[in-house]
Amino acid sequence: MSRFRDVAFAVWWRTIHNFTTNPSFLLPSIIFPLFFFTAFAGGLSSVGNVPGFDFPSGYTAFQFVFVLLQASAFGGVFTGFGIAADFENGFARRLLLGAPNRTAILAGYALAALTRAVIIGSLLFVVALITGMKVTGDGVDLSGLIGLALLVSLTATLFAAGVAFRARTIQAGPAMQMPVFLILFLAPVFVPLDLVAGWVHAVAKVNPFTIIVETGRDLIAGTNPHFLLAAAVALGLIALFMLWAVRGLRRAEAAG
Amino acid sequence: MDQASNGIEVEGLVREFKGGIRAVDGIDLEVRPGEIHAFLGPNGAGKSTTVLILTTLLPPTAGTARVAGFDIVREGAKVRGSIGAALQEAALDPLLTGREHMRLQTALQGVPKADRRRRGDELLERVGLMDAADRKVRGYSGGMKRRLDLALALVHGPRILFLDEPTTGLDPQSRADMWDEVARLARDDGVTVFLTTQYLEEADVLAERIAIIDHGHIVARGTPESLKAEIGRPTLEVTPANPVERDAVENVVARFGTPVTASPGVAAVRLRGGAEELAGIVRALDAEGLAMCDFQLHAPTLDDVFLAKTGRKLTEEDEQVGEAPEEEEAVAA
Amino acid sequence: MIEQVAQMARRSILQTLRQPALVIPPILFPLMLMAVNVGGLDAATNLPGFPADTYLDFAIAVPFLQGSLFAMINAGSSLARDVETGFIRRLAMTPMQRAALLVGNLSGVLVVALGSSLIYLGVGFAAGMDFPAGVLGVPALLALAMLIVLGFASLGAFVGLRSGSGEAVQGFFPLFFVALFLSSMSLPRNLIEQDWFRTIATYNPVSYLIEGIRSFIVYGWDGEALALGFGFATLLAAVGVTGAALALRTRLVRT
Repeated sequence: MSRFRDVAFAVWWRTIHNFTTNPSFLLPSIIFPLFFFTAFAGGLSSVGNVPGFDFPSGYTAFQFVFVLLQASAFGGVFTGFGIAADFENGFARRLLLGAPNRTAILAGYALAALTRAVIIGSLLFVVALITGMKVTGDGVDLSGLIGLALLVSLTATLFAAGVAFRARTIQAGPAMQMPVFLILFLAPVFVPLDLVAGWVHAVAKVNPFTIIVETGRDLIAGTNPHFLLAAAVALGLIALFMLWAVRGLRRAEAAG
Repeated sequence: MDQASNGIEVEGLVREFKGGIRAVDGIDLEVRPGEIHAFLGPNGAGKSTTVLILTTLLPPTAGTARVAGFDIVREGAKVRGSIGAALQEAALDPLLTGREHMRLQTALQGVPKADRRRRGDELLERVGLMDAADRKVRGYSGGMKRRLDLALALVHGPRILFLDEPTTGLDPQSRADMWDEVARLARDDGVTVFLTTQYLEEADVLAERIAIIDHGHIVARGTPESLKAEIGRPTLEVTPANPVERDAVENVVARFGTPVTASPGVAAVRLRGGAEELAGIVRALDAEGLAMCDFQLHAPTLDDVFLAKTGRKLTEEDEQVGEAPEEEEAVAA
Repeated sequence: MIEQVAQMARRSILQTLRQPALVIPPILFPLMLMAVNVGGLDAATNLPGFPADTYLDFAIAVPFLQGSLFAMINAGSSLARDVETGFIRRLAMTPMQRAALLVGNLSGVLVVALGSSLIYLGVGFAAGMDFPAGVLGVPALLALAMLIVLGFASLGAFVGLRSGSGEAVQGFFPLFFVALFLSSMSLPRNLIEQDWFRTIATYNPVSYLIEGIRSFIVYGWDGEALALGFGFATLLAAVGVTGAALALRTRLVRT
C-alpha cells in the first residue's frame, strides 16, 4: 500500500511540477477559462433578460458554473494529452518499469488533474467575485459545487486517460477533446434547459452533463439542487470511465 | 554542349553574417568544365554557404563569381537556368508523389508540355524510382528522397550540378549508388559537378580535384594524389600489448618521426622515412622490452592533409566551429 | 506566370485534400458550433431589438469567419513547412516568380474556402435560413467571404514565411479566436450589456466582417454594413498580402 502511495505521489508531483513551472502549460490553462468566462458572462449578459430566464444570482453566476465545469473537464483532457505525450516520448516506459502496481500511475495522474482543477477553479472564483458575481447559495451549497467540479474533472481525466493509454500518441488529442467538447456544449450553456430550442433541447435532455451543470447552478443560487442525483450520475460516469482507463492501462502494459 | 561555359570561377568571395561572422572569408576557386570538384571541410567550415552563394540563393558580401559564364549577382536568372542543385535538405513536399514532383518541376522549369511526362519518367527510371513514382514522398526512405532530389535537379538538363553533402545519412549501398550516378553524369553527360562533403572517402573516390575549406578559407587545393603526396609520409599506429606502456611506446616511436594524435591506447607517428623504417622500430621496441599487439601502416590520407594544414583532424571534428548562423538570422554586411 | 500560379494552386489544393484534418474540421466544426449556438441562444431572439427572426439567420455568418481562421492556419502552415523542408529553395532555383508562389498558394486555400462557404450556405438554406438579398446576394456574399479568407490566409502566409515555423502559425490561432469572440459574433452590438465588451466589439474590425456577411441574410442590401464589411475586408487583404509579399522577398532570396 505504501508503494502505491509513493508511486501515485511521485507521478502527482512530477505532473504538477511540470504544470506549474512551464508557462506554455500554465498560462493557457489559466487564460482560456478566464477568457471564456469574460466572453460568455460579459458578452452575453443581456441574454439574462430573455423572457422566462429567471436566475436569482444573475447571468454572471449562471455562466460561472458552466465555465468552472468546462475548465475542470478540459483540465482532465489536458492531463490525457500529458499521458499520451509521456508514452510518445518514452517516459511512460520509465514509470511502468518503476511501479510495482501500475494503477498507482493512473491514480497519480488523476490526483494531478484534481489539483489542477482546484488551482484553476479557485482563480476563476476569485476573478468572478471581483467582477461582481452574486452567490446566493451558502457554504454547504458551495462545497457541493466544488465537489461537482472535482467529479467532472475526474470523469474527464479517466476518459482521456483511457484514450491516451490505448493510442499512446499525441495525435489522439482530438479523440480526447471532441467528445468532451460535444458533451459540454450539447447542454444548457447559454440559457436554462427549458429555454433551449430545437434538436439541441432533445439532446440536452438526455445528456448526463445537463443535470450536473443545472445542479451546479442551483447550488450557487441556493435553490433546491438535485445534488444527490447529479452526484450519482457523476459517480456512475466515474465508475464507467475508471473501467475504461484501467483496461486501457492494461493494454498499454501489454504493448510494452 | 559548350564545354567552355560549364565552369565556375570565384574570386575573393566573402559572406559576412550578423555579428561580423565571416562564413566565407575570401575564397578563390576555379572549377573546370566537366570535372567533379569536391569541397571538403568540417561542419561550419563554410561549404554550404559557398554553395548557396554560387547557386544565387544568398548574395555575397564581397567578391565575384561566374557560374556557367554568368555573373552570379547581375545575371542570377541565367545562372539558375544553367545549373541544378541538390542542397543539404532533400527539399521535398511530403504530400506529393515522386511523379507529381516531376510534373511540378518540369512545368516550373519550362519543359514543353508534350515532353513533361516523358522527361519525368526518364529521370525517375534513371534514379531507380519508377516503382515508387506514385507513392507519396513521406513514405520514401532517405536514399529514395536523395535520388528524387537528384532527379529533380536534372530536369532541365543543367550544365553544372551543385550537390551539397549528397550522401550524408545514407546507408553504404545508397551512397555507392549515388556515387555511381554522379560519376556517370560527369563522364557520359559532361556535367560539371561541384560537390561538398565532409566524407574523406567521398572526395577521394569521386573528385578529380579537391579544395579543402576551414573557417571560411581554402587551406589546400589540388588532386587527391597531389595533396597526399604533399604530406608524403605514411603514418604508423602501434598498439602496445600492455596499455600501461603506451607512453613508453610513444617515446620510442617518436625517435622515427613526428608523433600525431591517435585513438586512446594507441601511439602514432608520421614517419620521417617510409615503410623501410619498420624494422628499426620493431628492434627499438624490442630493446626496451615493449611488446606490441598491433602495427598498422597507413598511406597518407586526406585527414592527414587536413591535419597538416589546420592542426586538427577532420574525422574528429564533431564540434561546429565557426558555425554560420541560419540565413534568416543573417543580414548582409 | 499563369501556368506557374496554376501549378502552385494545384499543389496547394492537393496538399489540403490529402490531409483530411485540414478539410473536415473547417467544415464540420463551425457548423457544429453554430448548431449548438442556434439551439442554445434561440431564446435571445425574444430580446427587444434583436434584428433577426431566428438565431440561425443571425448566426450563419459566423462559420464564414471561423472557416477563415482555418484558412489562415492552413496557408501559414503550408508555407512554413516549405521553409522548414527547404522546398522553398527548390522553387527559388526555378524561373518561378515570387508572386506566383504566393498567389498560387493562396488560390488553393481560396478554392477550398469557396467549397466550405457553399456548404455553409447550403446547410443554412436547408435549415430554413431567410435570404432577403435575393439571387444576386449569393455571389456578393461569396465575394465578401472570399475577400475575408484572402485577408486571413495572407496573414497566415506572412507568419508562416516570416517564422518558418508551423508552431508559430498555430500559436496565432488563439489570438484570432479571441478576436472572434470579442465581437458581435453572438449578439448585436447594441444588445451587448457590458460597456467594456461593447466598446471592444465596436472597435474590433472582426465585428464589421461578420456584420457585412450577416447583412445579406438579415437585412438584404444594407449599404452601411456592406461598405464597412468590404472596406475592412479589403484593408485586411491589402495588409496581409503586402506583409506576405515582403516576407516572401526576404525568404526567397535570389540574386
